Amino acid sequence: MAEHFDVIIVGAGMAGNAASYTLAKAGLNVLQIERGEYPGSKNVQGAILYADAVERIIPDFREEAPLERHVIEQRMWMLDERSYVGSHFRSENFNEEKPNRYTIIRAQFDKWFNRRARDAGAMVVCETTVLDLIRDDTGKVIGARVDRDKGEVFADVVLMADGVNALVGQRSGLREEINPEHAALAVKEMHFLPREVINERFNIRDDEGVVIEVLGTVTSGMLGTGFLYTNGESIALGIGCIVSDFVEKRISPAQLLDTLKSHPSIAPLIKGSEVKEYAAHLIPEGGYKAIPKVYGDGWLIAGDAAHFVNAAHREGSNLALTSGRLAAETIITLKAEGKPMTAANLKLYRQKLEESFVLKDLKKYKDLPETLWRNKQFVTTYPRLMAKAAESFFRVDGVDKLTKEKDIVRSFRKARGVLGLVGDAVKVARAWR
Amino acid sequence: MSEKIEEKLFQNRYRVDEGAPHIRVNAEKVPSEQLKAMVNICPAGCYQDTEEGKVEIVADGCMECGTCRIVCQETGEVEWTYPRGGYGVLFKFG
Repeated sequence: MAEHFDVIIVGAGMAGNAASYTLAKAGLNVLQIERGEYPGSKNVQGAILYADAVERIIPDFREEAPLERHVIEQRMWMLDERSYVGSHFRSENFNEEKPNRYTIIRAQFDKWFNRRARDAGAMVVCETTVLDLIRDDTGKVIGARVDRDKGEVFADVVLMADGVNALVGQRSGLREEINPEHAALAVKEMHFLPREVINERFNIRDDEGVVIEVLGTVTSGMLGTGFLYTNGESIALGIGCIVSDFVEKRISPAQLLDTLKSHPSIAPLIKGSEVKEYAAHLIPEGGYKAIPKVYGDGWLIAGDAAHFVNAAHREGSNLALTSGRLAAETIITLKAEGKPMTAANLKLYRQKLEESFVLKDLKKYKDLPETLWRNKQFVTTYPRLMAKAAESFFRVDGVDKLTKEKDIVRSFRKARGVLGLVGDAVKVARAWR
Repeated sequence: MSEKIEEKLFQNRYRVDEGAPHIRVNAEKVPSEQLKAMVNICPAGCYQDTEEGKVEIVADGCMECGTCRIVCQETGEVEWTYPRGGYGVLFKFG
């Protein structure tokens, strides 16, 4: 395996496949290394796919990619133990010729995406783990060491798209370890039900889909959210909270998921389903401030490994796809201009990211992860208050409306204090700005 | 509780690299609070208290999330690598 490549890509997730396809299509000599049995077998996501980010890579992806449902309705629920109060947005406009968001099953989608990269000319090696990177005397990355046959492979540049744990970069001394306050641990189950049952329960037709995001008592005081996504013949149900909160509370993630499943608003939706998989995965949620250096002499980082997740909007796959594509385009440009893959030249990647929504959005919410982490009332106290307020408002019990309103205002004041309420409003406004 | 996790894991596909666990616990010292927390928070229930007050790991059901790795990074009690290429959890759906 002593062959020399233009590019080595570590990993076959969203970022790795986006880069692999883009580079191979441009005629570069690509080696992509994946540790799973097949591309997708180690990858976990909810999962929502944002069409725009894929379309910019494979415009006609809808014709053959394994897609589950297109999303026509988004529900946001705040839960207490017995109720939810929330908002739903459903629009016929999402039943368009080229829908905007899809639910997908990652193991299937990634396998398809990687096949497209191979068809475009990328050399893909599975069942092989990259151990660390090889550097020359000047420190420039020139290749990678793999766990197969004591192998060493060489390239002009290495793209690390190895996911949230980002071991390759850390073991090669190119980046810091991820911090427990900057990662969420999410667990998920796949609940299988017949298509017609899902359609009836969610009031949808054919391959229309519904997405539910929940916060509140289900996270047991930890910063986190739950989710329910409708696939064709299954429902992905999961919940994730910040790792350091798990450490502090010592709550079992499996138990947390079971609590969510038994919630009276969730249980009827998954009733009678057959669970076929239980998965756990970390999500990099530290935002802009947790982003490592994403380029250097002979190397780039993309996707989860680069901490590109917009937790506020539950977006990650689109940031991974876009960063993978921009990394590839950077390499293609340098190659075309005959420039070496030095840090000074690869800086172009960072510039492209700055000009795209990837870093613009992450910058916009740069203070949000910390604000939420330090102010858990937003995901604990407020959902409970909202649910109680709604119940009081809707329950007809002979109490006059003015008294009810006063009771509701008093409950908020009692829970947070007037200054607390004003302070919370300011904190959110600042972090959201 | 751990029985329930086992039921969940029963649905998953694994190819176990016999005799080559990818996570090892250095059990020489008294376990740190971080390591002790793993008994509760490992999503696969891989960590267990022993009668001698230590914490041990059986990594067969590991889903390779990396939580124990980042939680115990400072204590140095957990030695964590990915399984050999092709081994470990094999998600059917992910």
